[in-house]
Amino acid sequence: MRRGLRSRVLGISGKLLVGLILAFIVLPAFVVTLAAFNDRAILSFPPAKYSTRWFTRALTYRDFQTGLWNSLVVTAWASTIALAVGTGFAIALKRYAFRFKAGLEGVLLSPLIVPHFTIGLGLLVLATGIGAARGFPVVVVTHVIVVLPFVIRSVYISLQNIDERLELAAASLGARPGRVLGTITLPLLAPGLVSGWLFAAILSFNEFTASLFVTGQATQTLPVAMYGYVREFADPTLAAVSVIYIAVTAALLTVANTFLGLGKVLNVEQGR
Amino acid sequence: MLSKAADLSLPARPPGTSASPRGTPAVRLDGVVKRFGAVTALEETWLQVEQGEFLTLLGPSGCGKTTLLNLMAGFLEADAGEIFIGGDLVTATPPYEREIGIVFQNYALFPHMNVAKNVGYGLRMRGVPKREIARRVDEALALVKLSGFADRSPRQLSGGQQQRVALARALVIQPKVLLLDEPFSALDKNLRGSMQVELKEIQRRLGVTTVFVTHDQGEALSMSDRIVVMSAGRVRQVGTPDQVYRHPQDRFVAGFIGDVNRLPGRLEACAGERATVAIRDLRRDVEATALRDCAAGAEVDVFVRPDHLGVRPAGEAGSLPACVAALVYQGSHIDLYADLADGGRVLVRMPGQGALATYAPGTPVGILVPQGGLVAFPPEP
Repeated sequence: MRRGLRSRVLGISGKLLVGLILAFIVLPAFVVTLAAFNDRAILSFPPAKYSTRWFTRALTYRDFQTGLWNSLVVTAWASTIALAVGTGFAIALKRYAFRFKAGLEGVLLSPLIVPHFTIGLGLLVLATGIGAARGFPVVVVTHVIVVLPFVIRSVYISLQNIDERLELAAASLGARPGRVLGTITLPLLAPGLVSGWLFAAILSFNEFTASLFVTGQATQTLPVAMYGYVREFADPTLAAVSVIYIAVTAALLTVANTFLGLGKVLNVEQGR
Repeated sequence: MLSKAADLSLPARPPGTSASPRGTPAVRLDGVVKRFGAVTALEETWLQVEQGEFLTLLGPSGCGKTTLLNLMAGFLEADAGEIFIGGDLVTATPPYEREIGIVFQNYALFPHMNVAKNVGYGLRMRGVPKREIARRVDEALALVKLSGFADRSPRQLSGGQQQRVALARALVIQPKVLLLDEPFSALDKNLRGSMQVELKEIQRRLGVTTVFVTHDQGEALSMSDRIVVMSAGRVRQVGTPDQVYRHPQDRFVAGFIGDVNRLPGRLEACAGERATVAIRDLRRDVEATALRDCAAGAEVDVFVRPDHLGVRPAGEAGSLPACVAALVYQGSHIDLYADLADGGRVLVRMPGQGALATYAPGTPVGILVPQGGLVAFPPEP
């Protein structure tokens, strides 16, 4: 009897705990979404009247417009460059043995550990040294460095799932190394490449800390523009921008899921 | 059936019409050595594969047979020695220029291509015109009885069908040598038997030189023209299935090929080709080759096949005293296990089912040791 009661209490409190954890994960997005549709200028909860005026303001505010465009440009360049560079490094790390391999791997994955403001500050100092501070190239390079570890990991895992005997079979059938790469390795790697690019794009689009250091008025990305805004105003425009952010990212993931399968893209199920 | 082979553009090479001069071996290994770090995976190996031959590399895992196959394919580089394929030196030739066909254990079909694209891959890499590719792919699929499967994805095929596709893909390029890396081990037992027969038939029809790697001695015995028995990176014996089965050259080969019993014996005399050994009080003739270095009176191990032994009533002359331990019904025959009075257990294989009624476990019996069919080796050091 007591055993039964105890296990029931444990069972209920366990479910409660899981429920609370899940609530905490979605709560910020929920509160921000409610605030974005609040008619009043003061961030209050719950809203008394609903409106979409903050969305109008967000979409017409000049800094957000240029910030969004800058973000899209930087994200497109950074994630594409990171994909090309990261794929090369992932193949080198997976397939070849060479000196300082562990060292190279450590350096490539170091942005996971090194704080982003360190990377941003370092690149700002370097860029100032060569007279290229706050230009787009520096912003793009910064983002490439920050997202590179994720691309390398994603491609590396996909490489691990490719049976090397497929490449050996292709070679025995007369395919030179370049053709093996083009006809066997890259097509099989495609899901990993898409997932790597997608990861990079989402991270780059959201990157703030390092961007704060290396962007200027003309090159500021959307998160930096939002930071500038929140220091001057305290109305729900930012909440509206956040909702747009969430919607865009969700749309991107939905598309990826529909066409490629989210499990494949995010490498959640590696066994497949 | 045979006349059909002439229509195929697959490597139908009747004797005498082969591209290389007659007598040139299809593959020749001259003193090939392969090391991985401090480990020698393959000790100095000299081997020839004749044109059109079905040669099997047989041995337990880690014996070097797969290393040898990878060296022939060009996936590994030899540390010493030379490799020739069809008379050409290929030691430093990359795999894509060796013109070999290979079938892997897991078939390694390209998952992003359909059956026809898989089979035609080697031809596309060679720049063969599209229409000819289509024709030759059709022929190759017909050869492996998979016509009508051209548009399927490898995922939609059974294991046996995948294997046929892999075989067609390897054969369609008219390879100088066909390499098979344990191709049957992933199939279930029934399918394995029929695929073995079919592969052997295709191989004979096309006359393609084949090197087959397996750890399954039954497979090796039933399919090969010659068997190379390997262990611990060394070739132990090269011979026809009958030679390695009936005349093993060392105790490893004797123990590895087929079921075998080991009886303790003593060398009595060694004269020319024959030697006499005593097993308890039985005197038997054996081949002397392996016993040259032994002095009279030395202990030797006598190897005898289970189907060469017989069972008699206890105490009969010319038999070893023993006690029946177990009977195992095997369908076509009975396996009788008996414990010898001197220690050790022997397996006697008896045709028919009569033994089931006659010899219950616990029955004292005599184990009849034949006059012929025995081989003896010095004991393990």
